[in-house]
Amino acid sequence: MDTHILPTRLYVGIFLILLTLTAATVTASFFDLGGRLNSANVLVAMSIACGKALLVVLFFMHVRYSPRLIWVFVGAGFFWLAILIALTMSDYLSRGWLPLPTPWGT
Amino acid sequence: MAEHVAHHFEDAEQQREAATLGMWAFLITEIMFFGGLFAGYTVYRSTYFDAFAEGSRHLDLVLGTVNTAILIGSSLTMALAVQAAQRSRRGPQVVFLLLTILLGLAFLGIKAVEYGHKFEQHLVPGRFFSWPGPHASNVQLFFSFYFAMTGMHALHMIIGIGLLIWLTIQARRGRFTGSYYNPMEVSGLYWHFVDIVWIFLFPLLYLIDRHVH
Repeated sequence: MDTHILPTRLYVGIFLILLTLTAATVTASFFDLGGRLNSANVLVAMSIACGKALLVVLFFMHVRYSPRLIWVFVGAGFFWLAILIALTMSDYLSRGWLPLPTPWGT
Repeated sequence: MAEHVAHHFEDAEQQREAATLGMWAFLITEIMFFGGLFAGYTVYRSTYFDAFAEGSRHLDLVLGTVNTAILIGSSLTMALAVQAAQRSRRGPQVVFLLLTILLGLAFLGIKAVEYGHKFEQHLVPGRFFSWPGPHASNVQLFFSFYFAMTGMHALHMIIGIGLLIWLTIQARRGRFTGSYYNPMEVSGLYWHFVDIVWIFLFPLLYLIDRHVH
């Protein structure tokens, strides 16, 4: 049986990168990176979180070494999550972009 | 054919792939479950940004950061437990599983201390919630999300620790070897998934607008 066994130093390396990224995201939160409603800070924090999640999925969860079908399942899961959040926010954030006609009776 | 391969599978490899795929199908439903909470959080954070930032600054950053490190550490020990099973080493399996349980309990203990502080400071949403300042009701909404999201996460951790205890007993009996370790592999997937949820919860809840004092 050809089970792919990853070396211990790879797991420890990923662990150390994850700890470094945690320190980075905490440090970054103390700087005002600008943007409306802190958007630059949010972008940095979420990019780091996505990077950490990707490392966990690829190496700790062995997806990097899994069959294509697993890739399709994992990709579909996160893609649908992106749809859920992107379409919801495209509604909420774009409200008020276009002037509404005056309500009835005013 | 090996005795651990069920009759409807061609071989152990196919059985392992089926188990992994099934676990991922379950984890996708979990992604969508937590996804609803994350989407709701995103909507209200963009609507009541100042109140969410006020509430977030009130969370204990030190405890939150320590807990993040503990949970990442528990993912490492879980991954090493699975690796020990792949290598058919019984002793390290049990040791790494026990370490994972210990780190999981440490996380829950720190979370309990944090919850205790929130109760003392009247920050639990409901009749006794009190907050000085103009955004009180919106800050209460932030704490509702805080308790709902960390509470659901903690519930998943408790279920995970239950699984780990069962795995430890099985591992001690030498049930998992390089040719059969599916329960270890799929429980590992679950544990790492719970870690990923926290990886997103931590910056969203603890790190909003920290630079304003």
